[in-house]
Amino acid sequence: MQLTVGPNQFFWPAARWRDFYDDVAASPAERVVLGELVCSKRMPFYQDCIPGAVERLQGAGKAVALTSLALITLKRERKAMAELAEMGVEVEVNDLTALAYLPEGAAFSVGPLVNAYNEGTLGWLAGRGATRVCLPPELPLQSVETLARKGRDLGVEIEVWGHGRVPLAISGRCYHARLHGRTKDNCQFACEDDPDGLDVRTLEDQPFLAMNGVQTLSDSFACMAHQVAALRDAGVTALRLSPQSHGFAALCGWYRDLLEGRMSAGALVAAVQAAQPDVRLSDGFLTGERGVAWSGARGAA
Amino acid sequence: MVMEIVCPAGTPAALRAAVKAGAHTVYCGFNDETNARNFPGLNFDRSEMREGIRFAHAHGAKVLVAINTFPSAGNEALWHRAVADAEACGADAIILADIGLLDYAARHHPGQRRHLSVQAAAANADMINFYAGTFGVKRVVLPRVLSVPEIAAINAETGVETEVFVFGGLCVMAEGRCSLSSYVTGRSPNMNGVCSPASHVDYHEENGVLDARLGGYTIHRTGNGESAPYPTLCKGCFGAGEKAGHLFEDPVSLNAEKLIPQLHKAGVTALKIEGRQRSRSYVAQVVRNFRAAVDALEDGRPLPEGMLAGLSEGQAMTTGAYKKTWR
Repeated sequence: MQLTVGPNQFFWPAARWRDFYDDVAASPAERVVLGELVCSKRMPFYQDCIPGAVERLQGAGKAVALTSLALITLKRERKAMAELAEMGVEVEVNDLTALAYLPEGAAFSVGPLVNAYNEGTLGWLAGRGATRVCLPPELPLQSVETLARKGRDLGVEIEVWGHGRVPLAISGRCYHARLHGRTKDNCQFACEDDPDGLDVRTLEDQPFLAMNGVQTLSDSFACMAHQVAALRDAGVTALRLSPQSHGFAALCGWYRDLLEGRMSAGALVAAVQAAQPDVRLSDGFLTGERGVAWSGARGAA
Repeated sequence: MVMEIVCPAGTPAALRAAVKAGAHTVYCGFNDETNARNFPGLNFDRSEMREGIRFAHAHGAKVLVAINTFPSAGNEALWHRAVADAEACGADAIILADIGLLDYAARHHPGQRRHLSVQAAAANADMINFYAGTFGVKRVVLPRVLSVPEIAAINAETGVETEVFVFGGLCVMAEGRCSLSSYVTGRSPNMNGVCSPASHVDYHEENGVLDARLGGYTIHRTGNGESAPYPTLCKGCFGAGEKAGHLFEDPVSLNAEKLIPQLHKAGVTALKIEGRQRSRSYVAQVVRNFRAAVDALEDGRPLPEGMLAGLSEGQAMTTGAYKKTWR
């Protein structure tokens, strides 16, 4: 099974962004998707760094793709997507608008924010040129199995959300701006203060969600450590690890060790919890009653 | 041309009430997870659908059938059957969101008119034209993330008819792209046609404080005597940083009645009312008022004002994303 580093969902200063991809170049991940997923207003701050990062990652032997935005509405966003299609790097489509710009028959990949829920959709995407689909994190294992089987028939690689806060929703409204009493147009980049998203808690102070500008994520970090065997049996060919501000290179190493049988799922979970003592983990979309559920909790009880 | 009022019907009785109240068009769904309002006791079986469409057609109204959830893997036949049955029942159009299902309908039922559901979140002209060119979509229901000038710009760039929500419940997230409900309850709009389902709601009262919970998470807290809103996840009260409150959206509902002339000018074809879960008397009243408004607009008379204030069940009203400052 391969490891894919997904696009960074958060807003980091250019220096941190560059350093992060230097680390990723040295990591055991086979594939890296980069670029802006969440908010086009962030792009001017680091987009000049992207070509250099692509070059470094390719030089290190990684397969590289550039993501589209997750929600494209404005004229300048449409223009940015048209330019993306012309950069000569594989595009990961996370809003179907990007498809409109890709030449008919050009190969592309599909990210987790496109609704690929069934065989019909997978077949249509494959016919259009998709060579890889990262499934929506919401899908249960049964759907993953069916789609992985269909993917094998179609020659489409099937990837699953492996680790990191789960993207749950995208909006026209910026919640970081709203929290600070501002509108989106005058956000003053409030989301930059929260490099892994801002914790949203219930009135009983229970951790619940995380806000990241126009995006809403889970509070918990998805962790598919206990699911790797089932995913491999299903025919899933890659796990996606979502960037976080601290300890990401080590995380990639642990997952590589897990996939190679050098580390147990329990040891990986223990390592994650030692590195991030407050972290809450989940894998419930795949096998639990609900997304927030964590199979590791059963063993511990 | 007079703007088309597209009105919800969760039951055959609501369909008849809407048609009699002057709805140009009614939308409804089959009673299973193929539609995005899959609530207990709601929606139409096959014979009710056939009969409802016959009634509407006899009164000069159209019926759109929403098949707008995302078929689950291994179970697509249920959605394929819904498409075939809608056509057999005489639907004027089907409302679809899933690419695979659009492709299926275009190939197997080419004569059946297809609309693009709000659940597809097609938020710009490129995407709308893509759906039109690829799957022959004739109308798009626009997601509730666009301002009126943006809607006008879209209409300038596409020949596809646009339909926009003007009244009722309001999603703050891009529709069809939200898994908040399944994260907490295991049931989602995309997969099950439900959001924040009542089966996962409970209320807990202690010392005069009433907590409304969804999946065990407290979404709302109300004091003595205050009315407790339904705990829809994105309209809950939460804390972040030093602040607490309705961080995503206040418990408001959409009312764009005052924007009807602007929406008309923006080139919008149809005005959609949310609420297939609503009673037939509610539906009839909303339809009557919106019909009066578009007829007045057509005749060049002033629009009746504040006509729907009593229907919001004590909730505040918003014009949502139609005004840019909402963002």
